[in-house]
Amino acid sequence: MKYKPIRKVVSGNYAAAYAAKHARVEVVAAYPITPQTSIIEKIAEFISNGEVENLQYVPVESEHSAMAACIGASAAGARAFTATSAQGLALMHEMLHWASGARLPIVMVDVNRAMAPPWSVWDDQTDSLAQRDTGWMQFYAENNQEVYDGVLMAFKVAETVNLPAMVVESAFILSHTYDIVEMIPQELVDEFLPPRKPLYTLTDFDNPIAVGSLGGPNDYYEFRYKIEKAMDDARKVIKEVGKEFGEMFGRDYRQMIELYRTDDADFVFMGMGSLMGTVKQAVDVLREEGYKVGAAKVRWFRPFPKDELYELAKNVEGIAVLDRNFSFGQEGILFNEAKGVLYNTNAHPIIKNYIVGLGGRDFTVNDVKKIAENMKAIIEKGELDVEVDWYHLKR
Amino acid sequence: MNTLFGEKKEGATKIVLKSVDEYPDAPITLGTTLINFTGDWRTFIPVVNNDKCVKCYICWKFCPEPAIYIREDGYVGIDYDYCKGCGICANECPTKAITMEKEEK
Ligand code: SF4
Ligand code: SF4
Repeated sequence: MKYKPIRKVVSGNYAAAYAAKHARVEVVAAYPITPQTSIIEKIAEFISNGEVENLQYVPVESEHSAMAACIGASAAGARAFTATSAQGLALMHEMLHWASGARLPIVMVDVNRAMAPPWSVWDDQTDSLAQRDTGWMQFYAENNQEVYDGVLMAFKVAETVNLPAMVVESAFILSHTYDIVEMIPQELVDEFLPPRKPLYTLTDFDNPIAVGSLGGPNDYYEFRYKIEKAMDDARKVIKEVGKEFGEMFGRDYRQMIELYRTDDADFVFMGMGSLMGTVKQAVDVLREEGYKVGAAKVRWFRPFPKDELYELAKNVEGIAVLDRNFSFGQEGILFNEAKGVLYNTNAHPIIKNYIVGLGGRDFTVNDVKKIAENMKAIIEKGELDVEVDWYHLKR
Repeated sequence: MNTLFGEKKEGATKIVLKSVDEYPDAPITLGTTLINFTGDWRTFIPVVNNDKCVKCYICWKFCPEPAIYIREDGYVGIDYDYCKGCGICANECPTKAITMEKEEK
């Protein structure tokens, strides 16, 4: 489809706010936390300027309440949105289960920020990945454009499978850095994302219901299975929605793992979020220097793109998993997932974990080059030096 | 809409769901528990006096269990298999048509 995008120079946070506006969200409940605050400030500005109709902002006293308010609004049939970061997301944790369990398609932007202590406001994925098992879908954005596109797609996917979704962007690297974002004219967004059709609503007074009832051992199990079934369905829906988005707006998101120059690659760098922009740039540099490398950017972490990872792993000799996160007592979280997927398959490339960029530490093209040298040596030797490499550690 | 109770008819029918496909997508019900007879929890029992009842159905709205149903004659009936004796209906009834009485077992 030919259309004229509206180009704006915005921060990642403003991109999120515009996407929420264009998605015609009806209820926003949020509590300010660095570096998420400017998302909510921008939405408040839309309201005070009269730029949005039919949007109720609910000021709350904590993130736990923010999610509770979104749950109430969503159960009543509204399109609900919120945003948070780090400790705020941790405080919401309990409520995240209520949202997915009640099958409410709430969309939330999490601005990835390191968990304290030490107190930190910089980028780190451990906050969102710690919510892995809450039944929320997770989309990781590489740049401001993907924050905007991600929010619109997340609503569509969420409302199709009736599960909530998180769109994740990195603290400061995206949240406060300005870039050109191509926004979509409202009437086309409306076409892509029609009004929500809720599974049920609390405001259907002819059919009163209770949500969140007590479930005994005889029934609880079946509802867990239903969530997993919806997650599994989401894989198909994500690809369809990503394809439709591409056909309508020119940016194709049908791959749950975006592959960059992987076709003839000996080994690939796999990771999520903004650091993959750096990796792609490094891949170009390394290719010039004769390395046959590629990048595999995991866009959706939940549901996890198992089949796509398997296809990738069949065709490469090595995978360097770059984790800007850590699960204490084990290893990087993406690494853990990737190894788990490949165990019962016939694809067993050498797979190594590099812990990078925790708490906002710089991760540069030069770092990727060093990792490439290390990976090359490992593949030539045919064995790992260490499985989990604390890459930046001062030794 | 598929809830765990579907359309509640007069008198209790214990619902046993045999396959996962019979479950609704979300755990939505007409009561505070999914499938459970809550009737054996109570000590007090609500009794409706139809002379005072004005058919406002406030009790029906407030009952946290699927215990109150609307009878064909328009008055409210109480399904004692589900009534847990909480007394909310008696408290909310604007005409005091419902009284809580000690249950004789
Ligand atoms: S609340 Fe009282 S008056 Fe109203 S329907 Fe129930 S019993 Fe009747
Ligand atoms: S006492 Fe009244 S409100 Fe409580 S469960 Fe029984 S019928 Fe419902």
